[in-house]
Amino acid sequence: MGQHTSLYQKHLDAGAKMVDFAGWNMPINYGSQIEEHQQVRTNAGVFDVSHMTVVDIFGPDANVFLRFLLSNDIAKLDKVGRALYSAMLNENGGVVDDLIVYRMENGFRIVVNCGTREKDLNWMAVQSKAFTVTIEEKPQLAILAIHGPASLEKVCQVLDQNRIAPVQALRNFRGVLLGDWFIARTGYTGEKGVEIIFPNKEAPAFWDKLLAAGVKPIGLGARDTLRLEAGMNLYGHDMDENTSPLAANMEQAISWEPQDRDFLGRQALLEHKKNQDAGNLSKLVGLVLEERGVLREGQRVVSNAGEGVITSGSFSPTLKHSIALARIPVNSQSCEVDLRGTLTPVRIVRPNFVRFGKKVFE
Amino acid sequence: MSNFPDNLKYASTHEWILVNEDGIATVGISDHAQEALGDIVFVELPESGTSVNAKDEVAVVESVKAASDIYSPVSGEIISANNDLTDAPETVNSVPYDGGWFYKIRLTNELELDELMDAEAYAEHVEEE
Repeated sequence: MGQHTSLYQKHLDAGAKMVDFAGWNMPINYGSQIEEHQQVRTNAGVFDVSHMTVVDIFGPDANVFLRFLLSNDIAKLDKVGRALYSAMLNENGGVVDDLIVYRMENGFRIVVNCGTREKDLNWMAVQSKAFTVTIEEKPQLAILAIHGPASLEKVCQVLDQNRIAPVQALRNFRGVLLGDWFIARTGYTGEKGVEIIFPNKEAPAFWDKLLAAGVKPIGLGARDTLRLEAGMNLYGHDMDENTSPLAANMEQAISWEPQDRDFLGRQALLEHKKNQDAGNLSKLVGLVLEERGVLREGQRVVSNAGEGVITSGSFSPTLKHSIALARIPVNSQSCEVDLRGTLTPVRIVRPNFVRFGKKVFE
Repeated sequence: MSNFPDNLKYASTHEWILVNEDGIATVGISDHAQEALGDIVFVELPESGTSVNAKDEVAVVESVKAASDIYSPVSGEIISANNDLTDAPETVNSVPYDGGWFYKIRLTNELELDELMDAEAYAEHVEEE
C-alpha cells in the first residue's frame, strides 16, 4: 500500500498516476511527463517532495558534529538561513548520502533522500555518540518545491501578506523561517524557485492556492529529467556507498580547507585524489547523443581509455535529444555507447546541460 | 481508461491490426501500450519491401521511460511506414489508432489473424497483466 504524504488526495484529484517510490505512494506524472517538464522550464510547477526526510540537529556540539559528519564545511554558513550542498561519507570515502544543510536559529536543518532515510538516521546516530547533540526527524513537515521562471511571482501571489517581502528578498541558496514555514531558494531543477518546508496540515490548502494561481503539479518523472538536464546527481544511480564523490562530479560538496578539519572520509578521499591524478579513478561526465536513440542507465560505454557505464540517461525534453551522466575512465577523450547492440559515438561534455531554460554546453 | 476499438484485432504484445479487404493491413500499438510507455520520443520503423514473419521485432519505440520492441502481429511484406512519426512521435500517444499507425503490411497468411484477440479478449488480457 505504501506511505502517503499529506497531499495524497490532492494528487489523485489532479489525475496523478501513482507509483511506489521507496515505500511511498507518489505521483510519477499527471498525464504527460514532457508537458510537465516544459511547464517548469517555461512557467511554474509544484512538486510534492514530502517523502524526503527532514532532520533537525541542535545542541551544544551541533557545530562540531556536523563539521565532522559532512564533507562540506558548515562553517561556510555564516548567517541563519544559508544553505549548503554536501555529502555524508563513510570511512572509505564512499557516499552515504547527499543532502542540503541549512543553518537555523538554534542549530541546523538537513534534508536527506527518502530511500536512504533509515540508513542515514542510523549513521548519524552512530557517528554522534561522542557529541552532545539532538537529532530529531520531522515527519510532521511537508515539503513543496515550486520551480520555474514564474515560480517566485506566483508563490508571492498566494503567500500570507507578512511572508511576501522576506521571500522576495531571498537570494539563491538562502532561506528564512517565518512562523513555522521555512522557505528557501533551493531546488533540483536548474530553474529559480523555492522549497517550502511547513506543517503537513497546512499543505493541502496551500497546494490548492498554488494551483489556482496557475502553478501546475509536476510528477517525479519530470523531476528526474529536469535534474538530469541540470546535471544534478541522483543518489543510488550516479553515486552510492561504493562511489567516491570525486568519481561522481561532487567536488563542490567537499571542502578541503581548513586542512585540520578531519571530516569523515577525508583520509580516504586524499587517496582517491592521488588515484584520480594518476588516471586510476573514473570521473562522471555528461554524454550527448544528437541523433536518434535514448541513452539509458546501465548502458556500457567504451572509451579510448577503457570501459564505463551510464549512471543516468534519458531524452532531454528541452534539447530534443538524449543526454546522460556516465562514469568513464578519467583520461577518456572520445567514447561510444552500446545502444541495444550497436556502438554509437556520443559527445563528452561537462555534466551540465540546461540552466534557466537554456542549453549551457558547447 | 484505455480504449479498444471493436474493428481491430490485438496481439498479446499490445499491437493492433486493421485488415482491409485488399489483403493489406495497418499495424500500430494499443492505447494501453502508449499509456504504459508514457511520452514517446522516437519511433524506429521498418523499411518498405522488407519481408517479416509474425512475432518478428519490426520496430522500436523509445519513450521517456524505456525502449520497447514492437512485434509484427502477422507475416507479410511491409508496404509502407508512417514517416510522420519521425518528426511527431507524440502522435502515437495522442491518436494511437489513427495518425499514430506504424506500418502497412501485405498479409501472406490470413490464418494468423485467427490467433489474435478481439477487443473484448484483449481488454481481459490487459486486465490480467
